[in-house]
Amino acid sequence: MLEATNLHAFYGKSHVLHGVDLRVDEGEIVSLLGRNGVGRSTTVKAIMGVVPPQGTITFNGQQIAGRTPHEIAHLGLGYVPENRDIFPTLTVRQNLILGMKSTRQTGRWSMEDMFDLFPNLRERADVPGGVLSGGEQQMLTMCRTLMGDPDLIMVDEPTEGLAPKVVEQVAHLLEEIARRKVSVLLVEQKLTIALSISARVYVMGHGKIVFEGTPEDLNTNEDVRKEWLEV
Amino acid sequence: MAEFIIFSLLNGVGYGMLLFMLSAGLTLIFSMMGVLNFAHASFFMIGAYAGYMTSTYVGFLPGLLVGPLVVGVLGAVVERYGLRRVHKLGHVAELLFTFGLAFLILQGVQMIWGVIPVPYQVPDYLNIPAFTLFETDYPAYRLFMLLTSIAIFLLLFGVLTRTRVGLIIQAALTHPEVVGALGHNVPRIFMLTFGVGCALAGLAGVMAGPVLGTEPSMAGSLGSIVFVVVVVGGMGSLGGALIASLLIGIVQTFAVGFDYSLADLFSAFGLKSSTETLMGEVWGLTISSFAPMIPYLLMVLLLIFRPRGLMGTRES
Repeated sequence: MLEATNLHAFYGKSHVLHGVDLRVDEGEIVSLLGRNGVGRSTTVKAIMGVVPPQGTITFNGQQIAGRTPHEIAHLGLGYVPENRDIFPTLTVRQNLILGMKSTRQTGRWSMEDMFDLFPNLRERADVPGGVLSGGEQQMLTMCRTLMGDPDLIMVDEPTEGLAPKVVEQVAHLLEEIARRKVSVLLVEQKLTIALSISARVYVMGHGKIVFEGTPEDLNTNEDVRKEWLEV
Repeated sequence: MAEFIIFSLLNGVGYGMLLFMLSAGLTLIFSMMGVLNFAHASFFMIGAYAGYMTSTYVGFLPGLLVGPLVVGVLGAVVERYGLRRVHKLGHVAELLFTFGLAFLILQGVQMIWGVIPVPYQVPDYLNIPAFTLFETDYPAYRLFMLLTSIAIFLLLFGVLTRTRVGLIIQAALTHPEVVGALGHNVPRIFMLTFGVGCALAGLAGVMAGPVLGTEPSMAGSLGSIVFVVVVVGGMGSLGGALIASLLIGIVQTFAVGFDYSLADLFSAFGLKSSTETLMGEVWGLTISSFAPMIPYLLMVLLLIFRPRGLMGTRES
């Protein structure tokens, strides 16, 4: 479904991605793990076209490298940025409306679905997004992207700084997303939810993929964990 | 006194709303680009000349459509083929670009219409008193300007807060990357915003031309006040622009009509001053002669004590 081959990316003159290869199949949850600064976020941004990529990226059979982010979004790729980039002055409902690509669109998700999944958001539907708690803002950014009905959603560090109970909610939502046949590319630093919900995991180091396998493979491979993941 | 207050208030609000039409576009464009568009008042001037040309061929009212349309399209073209390319080179290049554009427009206008004012006048059917209060007439044209600008304000506010496009614009002003990744065409939104901002300036020009005089210097004289409005209101804040426009409009109008000086204040306490006393010329200056200085004084004070403006969110 999504396949990146020999992906390179630069910030100015610094070479950040050194030939990343990765693949996500339909309805699959795949995690991209690694320490801070190894290029996980850049990989996702390069796929989305936010950072100019070099290499080939195909999505649903189409070449997407070199297209603009809004064109890529229209092909069915969803992106949830890190830092919970909600629109703070707009209400929860307005944030969700902006996730839709057009007013006539009908997809897998309705606003009611979002409110059923997160009753907190329903209660605070007409409150500015900026006053929500960190956990609620994370849910809102994910729901906002889902409103655009993506076939694949890339989520950048959704659990960072959240309480364990909220992390569980995030995991629950990601599984619900996959149940509705939407693929997930999850970017995480910690192993917590990644190992329990992913079908496959990639580990990144120095701008490259250094490990690929199932969560069990990673669990048994202490060397990889020690060298590339543990602090 | 009541007459003075009511008429000054009406004129002040009228002038303030005109300033708002100009500053609304400027402040939206500022939020978008991160730099002030120095050519904004030049678009206002083009609006006035477009209104004048339309009035000589088909009449005044069609100018209210033609002016904003011409200026809006011109603005969109400038954004699409000029600013968007320059944007990649950074803020200084953008600033210089708009600066150069302002000169270009000024020279162009002088070449086509000359340096002296063109006879762009209030149409006869609006050149009548709207009502008479305390035996003073209030001109219909001023009332027309006031009502039109209030209608435009309501329209703009409604579009920005109640429509989907308005929400997308609001979000794109602060989080363009996120809005793009959600599938909205951000460059097109910027072009639209720039075009509409310029069209508002154009409309202000069409309406203000007959009152303020349609001449090449009009861009410079109003441009600096609009700049002040945006700084005082808080860069990037539409609400701030409205408050600052009204504040400056009203304060300036009242000041112009206030013929009192410090010497008058002194004499109220029994102190006499004349041109012979120490700095007598200074004490004798009336408030009305200070009027043009007041907006700039306000800006300087605000920059010292509240750099982000009345309603602004950022310091720079």
